[in-house]
Amino acid sequence: MAAYGEPRLSLFGDPSRRAIFELLARHPWSVGELAKQLPITRPAVSQHLRVLKDGGLVFSRSQGTRRLYQIDPAGVAALRAYLDRVWDQALGAYQRAAEAAPDDL
Amino acid sequence: MGDATTIPAINGATTVRAPIEKAFRIFTTSFDTWWPREFHIGQAEMAEAILEPREGGRWYERGVDGSECDWGRVLAWEPPLRLLVTWQINGSWQYDPDPKHASEIEVRFTAEGPEQTRVELEHRHLDRLVDGQALRDGIGEGGGWSSNLALFARAVATEE
Repeated sequence: MAAYGEPRLSLFGDPSRRAIFELLARHPWSVGELAKQLPITRPAVSQHLRVLKDGGLVFSRSQGTRRLYQIDPAGVAALRAYLDRVWDQALGAYQRAAEAAPDDL
Repeated sequence: MGDATTIPAINGATTVRAPIEKAFRIFTTSFDTWWPREFHIGQAEMAEAILEPREGGRWYERGVDGSECDWGRVLAWEPPLRLLVTWQINGSWQYDPDPKHASEIEVRFTAEGPEQTRVELEHRHLDRLVDGQALRDGIGEGGGWSSNLALFARAVATEE
């Protein structure tokens, strides 16, 4: 559905954003800690986090003086985005297999 | 229970250069040949993904260690036009046997020509997965859902 295709692309379409998402899927981090692990600046990290947050994939919480970001595992958007990508890849793989298979299979 | 409209269904489609019977057969009985290996549920690497070709059949994976993990059940088996299966993997990456927590995947096959088939897929009732108790309670750091999201993120990164 076109209405949902665009947010999906914008959420995962950027390599840095995917890298942030992957880091957060394993551990909650602050903006500064994320920036240290990536070849991008703190403002750039913040910008990507904002997109991921707006997309419902991550949320933030305060821990002492720090603000930590983590993925929202119970989040509806995360669940849907995940399955959306699963099917995207699976249907592509299916198409290649169906066209490569001999006719008598 | 969640509102049925909480999560929009996922719709996917593809067109394959193959007759409809073959398109259905590859999707179902040859499911194992194309399902991306990185998407598996069990702790062990996946040896095989199996869709039993009949109504009431199991949809499951077998790990390299011989362990089996259910994914869902076949609700409708109508070759070569339609397949309806459940997806009962909750947020803790566990099979939830409660049918009330089962999402559904419907796959429809339409012949566009003797050698071309349109395949349309809808994954719906995703809110039923969210209603599962495990998704609300079972989320911890390093838990199934987050580690699988990490696996997923890596898979996406390598794919593109």
